[in-house]
Amino acid sequence: MTAVPADSASQGLRILKRPKAETGLWSWVTTTDHKKIGVMYFLATMFFFVVAGIEALLLRVQLAVPDNNFLSPDLYNQLYTMHGVTMVFFVGIPLGAAFFNYIMPLQIGARDVAFPRLNAFSFWVFVAAGVFMYSGVLLNGLPNGGWFNYAPLSTTVGPDPSGYTLGGGSAELASQVHMGRMLLYSVGLQIAGIATLAAAVNFIVTILNMRAPGMTLMRMPIFVWMTLIVAFLLLFALPVIGIALWQLLFDVRFGAGFFNPSVGGDPMLWEHMFWLFGHPEVYILILPAFGIISEIIPTFSRKPIFGYTAMVFAGIAIGFLGWGVWAHHMFATGMGPVANTAFGLTTMTIAVPTGVKIFNWIGTMWGGKLRLTTPMLFAIGTVAMFTIGGLSGVTHAVVPTNYQQTDSYYVVAHFHYVLFGGLVFGAIGGFYYWYPKVTGRLMNETLGKINFWTLIVGFNLTFGLMHFLGLWGMPRRIDTYASGFGWDTLNLIITVGAFIIAGSILLLVINMAVSVRRGKLAGDDPWDARTLEWMTSSPPKHYNFREIPQISARDELWHRKHAVTEDGAYIRVPAGGAGLVVDHDHESDIHMPDPSFYPALSAVGMPIMGWALFTSGAAMIVMLAVGSIITVGSLFAWAFEPSAEEGH
Amino acid sequence: MADTASSSAGGTPAAVTTAEASREVHSTSLGLSNEKLAMWTLLGSECLFFGALISAYLVYYGRYNGLPEISPALFDIPFTSVSTFVLLMSSLGMVLALAAIQRGDDRDFRIWILATAMMGTVFLSGQIYEFTVFVNEGMRLDTSPFAASFYVLTGFHGIHVTVGVLMLITLWSRSMTGNLTSEHSDVVENIGLYWHFVDIVWIVIFTAIYLIPYEQARL
Amino acid sequence: MLGLVAAGCATNGLPQSAMDPAGPVARTEDQLWDLVFWIAVAVFVLVQGLILYAVFKFRDRGGDDIPKQVAGNTRLEVIWTIIPTLILVGIAVPTVQTIFELARAPGDEALEVRVVGKQYWWAFEYLGDEGQGVITATELHIPTNRPVALQMQALSATQPDPGPDADPAVGEPVSNGVIHSFWVPRLAGKQDAVAGHTRLLTIEADEPGTYPGQCAEFCGLSHARMRFSVIAHEPAEFERWIADQAKPAQPANDGLVAQGQELFSSQQCISCHAIQGYEAAAGQAADVRIGPNLTHFASRQTFAGGFLDVDDPEQLKAWLRDPPGIKPGAQMPNLGLSDQQIEALSAYLYSLE
Repeated sequence: MTAVPADSASQGLRILKRPKAETGLWSWVTTTDHKKIGVMYFLATMFFFVVAGIEALLLRVQLAVPDNNFLSPDLYNQLYTMHGVTMVFFVGIPLGAAFFNYIMPLQIGARDVAFPRLNAFSFWVFVAAGVFMYSGVLLNGLPNGGWFNYAPLSTTVGPDPSGYTLGGGSAELASQVHMGRMLLYSVGLQIAGIATLAAAVNFIVTILNMRAPGMTLMRMPIFVWMTLIVAFLLLFALPVIGIALWQLLFDVRFGAGFFNPSVGGDPMLWEHMFWLFGHPEVYILILPAFGIISEIIPTFSRKPIFGYTAMVFAGIAIGFLGWGVWAHHMFATGMGPVANTAFGLTTMTIAVPTGVKIFNWIGTMWGGKLRLTTPMLFAIGTVAMFTIGGLSGVTHAVVPTNYQQTDSYYVVAHFHYVLFGGLVFGAIGGFYYWYPKVTGRLMNETLGKINFWTLIVGFNLTFGLMHFLGLWGMPRRIDTYASGFGWDTLNLIITVGAFIIAGSILLLVINMAVSVRRGKLAGDDPWDARTLEWMTSSPPKHYNFREIPQISARDELWHRKHAVTEDGAYIRVPAGGAGLVVDHDHESDIHMPDPSFYPALSAVGMPIMGWALFTSGAAMIVMLAVGSIITVGSLFAWAFEPSAEEGH
Repeated sequence: MADTASSSAGGTPAAVTTAEASREVHSTSLGLSNEKLAMWTLLGSECLFFGALISAYLVYYGRYNGLPEISPALFDIPFTSVSTFVLLMSSLGMVLALAAIQRGDDRDFRIWILATAMMGTVFLSGQIYEFTVFVNEGMRLDTSPFAASFYVLTGFHGIHVTVGVLMLITLWSRSMTGNLTSEHSDVVENIGLYWHFVDIVWIVIFTAIYLIPYEQARL
Repeated sequence: MLGLVAAGCATNGLPQSAMDPAGPVARTEDQLWDLVFWIAVAVFVLVQGLILYAVFKFRDRGGDDIPKQVAGNTRLEVIWTIIPTLILVGIAVPTVQTIFELARAPGDEALEVRVVGKQYWWAFEYLGDEGQGVITATELHIPTNRPVALQMQALSATQPDPGPDADPAVGEPVSNGVIHSFWVPRLAGKQDAVAGHTRLLTIEADEPGTYPGQCAEFCGLSHARMRFSVIAHEPAEFERWIADQAKPAQPANDGLVAQGQELFSSQQCISCHAIQGYEAAAGQAADVRIGPNLTHFASRQTFAGGFLDVDDPEQLKAWLRDPPGIKPGAQMPNLGLSDQQIEALSAYLYSLE
């Protein structure tokens, strides 16, 4: 069956047979099921999270004591750069995508996302970007200019930023090393951007167009709203960094002078374009976590979210204002008092909708009946820790104090409270919360609580103390420091804290791995939750719902489980509510899109085109041709392949 | 590219619940097909893409790296105006092609879709000619920020036109083999949206690059 | 924990702490910090207190009752929108005032110094008649109680300094170095030095003393080793210092020092380092500005970007033996000097008082 009758031409153009595997490796490679793709996003993200975590531990070992030489400066620079790049582009963004993929279609009562093959394409292109980025391990090293990669340090090859000549390497080799590393950065992020852009379009169309009947926009769960806002932010932010990355690529590979002052280019342009993307990016990272805890807190407070409308509009306001604050990353660059004032004030404005969210979460808990399960602990932890990050953010907006704080460890503390305290705590809460939906089993609560408390301790030990380091004058991104500045003890404790975090994350991974088989069986609705995803089986069948539910309220499931008495109070409907499980046996009538080879195949060509830029002449042309034939060819074959087979 | 590929694939029946419901193309929440919504969304993103390119060009306006002769003085405005006119006319062709397929007139559709593709090709040829002339005059990607931002801006627009022409030719060949009928007019409409966008962006680019009087070297 | 926070912020006596201002600019910034900090602490206590209260008061203690399903409260929500707004307005007013106060150009009484960031050290060039053409590296000497107007630029490591008056419009080379950031926490917040621009910063010290600083914008391999200090003197002392610095070096006549002086020109040193009063026999220019000006090397406390001590001859010798080995990314190459040459060169350098 198909919506549009299959073209006969498509039969002629069929290059690869339709994949049939329903289990095993190929079923994952070719899947178009949003849940399988969500799980793959999750696994890939966890992999990168561990990689970036190990990078952070190495950095902390180096900084544990003054005048350390555990890491060479070059290695240190590569590791801190990749820690940032990986955490932002290969953990933060795809972690959002993992949740969006698995949860969002279930929450809006859809069978899948709008473009299932495009969804698979997004995932595989993201994997290709990660492979390309880390291929530097086998080439001449990883990017080393910081995740912000300021020009002209990134574009000028003259000063040998990799220090390659130190080992006796020639200056020519040094410039090749540098160029290769910058190509990894510019092309790798470009590929990741393609993946994310495709995902953003997909999520926007899915949310706007595929809601179950009766689910108006203002009945959508907050998590879905945050997904929508994040997707729009990505949609508009990615082209900006895309252009900046192209300019960087043309500068380092083809000698254009976009950011080269000696031909009239301006390094400030890179800073502006990077942060014009980079600040919305912060909200891209944090809003999914806001969405997650806005699901967890009502469930475990047994109350609806407090101030739903305000929560939605606060999210929109944060997303919107996020476009007008980028230059607060640049107060010390000398933009002048007028620009600094403007961006300082817009930045302060953002604190208002953020504050509204925090108070509304507390309002949700107020008067409720709180069950302090592990997901709830992590959600409350997110509110508490994010608040600290928000407050230090306000001190940044005060421009004159920012002159002291920027580029110091105070900033490192601040954004880890926002991104670790916010995003990571919220996401782990989300893992515990939705794990039973995904696997059908609950994670171990005792381990979960140990996980939470060790993480809180390790986290605050690590990043809380960094505030002091920054105020006491320790700059960021230094690979070593001398004794005598009062930084030694704090640095040692911070390193210990980092290892406590690592232990706690290890506990999380063990809990997840063990619970897959040994966890308690969850049933459809283990948390007595409020939203649609808990109406279907755990794990859901590939078609999600036997019958698409008709929605008549926000918190649809809760309303199905409860009835209103005459005096307006709610009472529980016996047997979990009528009409909860509709068992029409027409499973065979539900048609889902078939798997396809092409999304994964089309991703293969992209890194090949990227590696082509490392070569020149005929080799470059051949590699570019091979890469583009694979990618464009797969896309064409995909275009002619019907989404699902006739009569299947 | 991926998005256009999926939209040219026709329907993506993920929302489909039963075989009967699948016949209702407009059973979406907004009553707009997924493909068309995706195209509008993508075009929103494209606005920022070209916005960033045009901004970079304007920032570097007048930065000739000490080579005032390698500047907008090289531009042949009458020539570019003609190719701009051809590109604008191609939008008319696109409108007529869509109208033709909607009323089921395959012959007219093929004529107009091919005409549109031809006009796009004429524009591209003009651009290639113009680039060749400029390079011969000594204006290369690495000459100055002005030159680099000119090439990158017009070059990315040219790539968009090229992708559009390829899609138009695909439509034409599908029609020739009888695989594109009035049932698929929404595919044509989506590609039409893209084509009109690429035209409209060129009006902005043409104004920014060729029509704003150029100033003397700033650096 | 609060006590810890307060203790942390009050800690004095740390050499590079922004919490211990030693001049009007840093003090202005610190006063604003005190205001914002205590407001933040108040909000912190309120929010965390509410969270803790809610957790203990409203936790599930069994029973089947369903809590009241409150969907919101418009009045409360308006209140907690307006109150933060008012607090922020309260912060914004002094913030804006201070931004413009700090951006005001100092008066004519200011000492003008051109600051050049290079990989990985700072050069300081005293401008005007008072400056007498003095150029130092790594150590910025200033008089107390007098504003010092810094004009900041960034040059590439290997680029000869075009000097303060170079005009790119007439084809003179433009700076194209990587971005550095000038940060002496006890005197002022950061200011980036950005290639292609001249950035301004005013600093001032109340008391004589040495105020350490550090490059705060990632600038490459030895970013961590790009240190410097601001040394404040009583005005009269400063006058003496600059008069001394303006004196050219005295040519050496014999012994190890003379050998060193000879080596200085024959071993490429002079093609990067200027020593006023000394010109090589070959007629090489004495005012090249690629590396630090060494005219009064021995009067300094530190060298190699504030990373090594002048007082320690072993450090100087190790540096001469293999500069990039000591300081990764240093632009001074390993010249393959013999032990005897190193002895002679260091003797010569120590003679440059």
